[in-house]
Amino acid sequence: MAREFTPKVVTANALIEGDVVYLAADDRWVRDLAEAELLIDEAEADYRLLQAQARAGEIVGAYLAEMRAGPDGPKPTHFREDFRRKGPSNRFHGKQADGLSHA
Amino acid sequence: MYQYTEFDRAFLAERNRQFRAQVARRISGSLTEEEFRPLRLMNGLYLQLHAYMLRVAVPYGSLDPVKMRQLAYLAERWDKGYGHFTTRTNIQYNWPRLSDVPDMLDALSEVGMHAIQTSGNTIRNVTSDHFAGAAADELDDPRPVAELIRQWSTDHPEFQFLPRKFKIAVIASETDRAVMKSHDVGLRIVERDGARGYQVWVGGGMGRTPMVARLLRDFLPEADLLPYLEAVLATYNRMGRRDNKYKARIKITVFENGLDAFRDEVEAEFPHRRAAFSGVDQDWLAEIRARFVTPTLPERDAAAYDAARDADPVFRAWADTNVSAHKHADHGIVTISLKAHGETPGDASADQMRLVADLAERYGHGDIRVSHAQNLVLPHVALADIPAVHAELRKAGLGTANIGLASDIIACPGMDYCALATARSIPVATGLATRLEELKIEHEVGALQIKISGCINACGHHHVGHIGILGLDRAGVENYQITLGGDPSESTAIGTRTGPGFAYDEIVPAVERLIFAYLDLREGPEETFLQTYRRLGMAPFKSALYDEEARAHAAE
Repeated sequence: MAREFTPKVVTANALIEGDVVYLAADDRWVRDLAEAELLIDEAEADYRLLQAQARAGEIVGAYLAEMRAGPDGPKPTHFREDFRRKGPSNRFHGKQADGLSHA
Repeated sequence: MYQYTEFDRAFLAERNRQFRAQVARRISGSLTEEEFRPLRLMNGLYLQLHAYMLRVAVPYGSLDPVKMRQLAYLAERWDKGYGHFTTRTNIQYNWPRLSDVPDMLDALSEVGMHAIQTSGNTIRNVTSDHFAGAAADELDDPRPVAELIRQWSTDHPEFQFLPRKFKIAVIASETDRAVMKSHDVGLRIVERDGARGYQVWVGGGMGRTPMVARLLRDFLPEADLLPYLEAVLATYNRMGRRDNKYKARIKITVFENGLDAFRDEVEAEFPHRRAAFSGVDQDWLAEIRARFVTPTLPERDAAAYDAARDADPVFRAWADTNVSAHKHADHGIVTISLKAHGETPGDASADQMRLVADLAERYGHGDIRVSHAQNLVLPHVALADIPAVHAELRKAGLGTANIGLASDIIACPGMDYCALATARSIPVATGLATRLEELKIEHEVGALQIKISGCINACGHHHVGHIGILGLDRAGVENYQITLGGDPSESTAIGTRTGPGFAYDEIVPAVERLIFAYLDLREGPEETFLQTYRRLGMAPFKSALYDEEARAHAAE
């Protein structure tokens, strides 16, 4: 039996700022994970990743990150993605301090 | 210290001009990331979890007030007001924007600094003894030799694409304050029959296969240094493995081929290399030496120091841990702790950097060092001035009295910043330090080095920690393995794993149990943690770690 597909989002780092971005359903790069498009179909996820990788002038290192659906949008299944979503835990810097609004 | 010549300045200006154009081409879309990545890495620019990171080389950890103030300026102008000093005595900026990096590099070049070869499979920043020029036990100041190696290795065309990165350390005393035997090549300046030369050690390293360096050449005549290093590097370049990144360091080359076979290859290559050197390198070395003159230290009455020790217990406690003997008895070496309890090891704010620059200027003959233990050092301070230095440091949050104690923890950036990390290191370090401060026991515990890495690459030197902690990802959860008995000194040893790892919220209590077990087990205050471990072995510490845990679980 084929393994069930875990939902994903397309994520990368912004070319200039280097911060974490996610691909939204309307093709915008967004800073807030809640706005990211949750991909529940494997073929669709692969296709969205290819589209993202073609936008090399905007981002670096696009990949699919595992998520689960939550009431406020995608939630990371792994702690690494949770840190990427918030910022470092030793200083109040990164997304947690930026207010996430300037996408 | 060494000041850039016209040649150095022109070289750096040209490199920065090239990189500025490369950044512009990446932003305009003319270069892909695959094309750009090796170019940015050559200039010390990484992409981490949350942002780019610029790693600036601090050659052999030596700074002066002008350089330090410029580092502070970079932190404020283009970063978030602080920098992070690393175990390679470099400084990292965690938040630069790609488009700002060319300006940052230009600003660095104004003070004779750069980020070249702080990444990539090249010869990295040469490290040395942070007490160089001040330690009573040194044969010579090792930094001129380190500077010669820096000049020789920078942009060396043959060694830009080695099988893997390559790290060299130079010391000049039997006491090893630079973890020399954990380097790809370690050099110790020695004297034999009145002649200067080098002991050459090879194949040390940490990472997933930790090894202690082995003696390649017992005595290398002084003039043969660069040709011999070229022979070692050329042999490694040829014999080193390129099929597996994890077997590509010279330690594996030496291990797989055997030390004797490796030495034979080096010795066979050496005459060819020797013939190509005209001796001009020795002229350079003489010129470099002339720039590293230890300052003339005036005779100073140390009575004020002794009086402050008698009058102020806070000062005395700090001086006991943070002031080391200087070769001039009326001076001291001041180590400034960047390990305030609860703060990130190695971080310094721009204000703190400027204060250290001011103090170095006013009291320290303009000399500042970065230590591999992520602290700063003022190597030449008159004892009489040390109370004033301490008072200024305290006001800036730099007066922590913990050098060599349990809270003087080395920690890599870990998963709070690093893209390679498998777990966090910094919060484990700050959690431990905070707990030690609550318990108020670290002065009683005495010398104890705790070192934490957030992945198997071991940037946090956990293999040589008396207590080493390695953070791993176990089935999607942070898990921390403990090693005991590591030793970073001249009696270098790799620690031994205690057993199963601990969860994130279990690791601080686990280390606390180890420390209390040591206090129970030691024969007296003069027996250090490491000595107790060596006397009794793993068993009682293992019992403290796991039996009590088992009892606690049973009681639940």
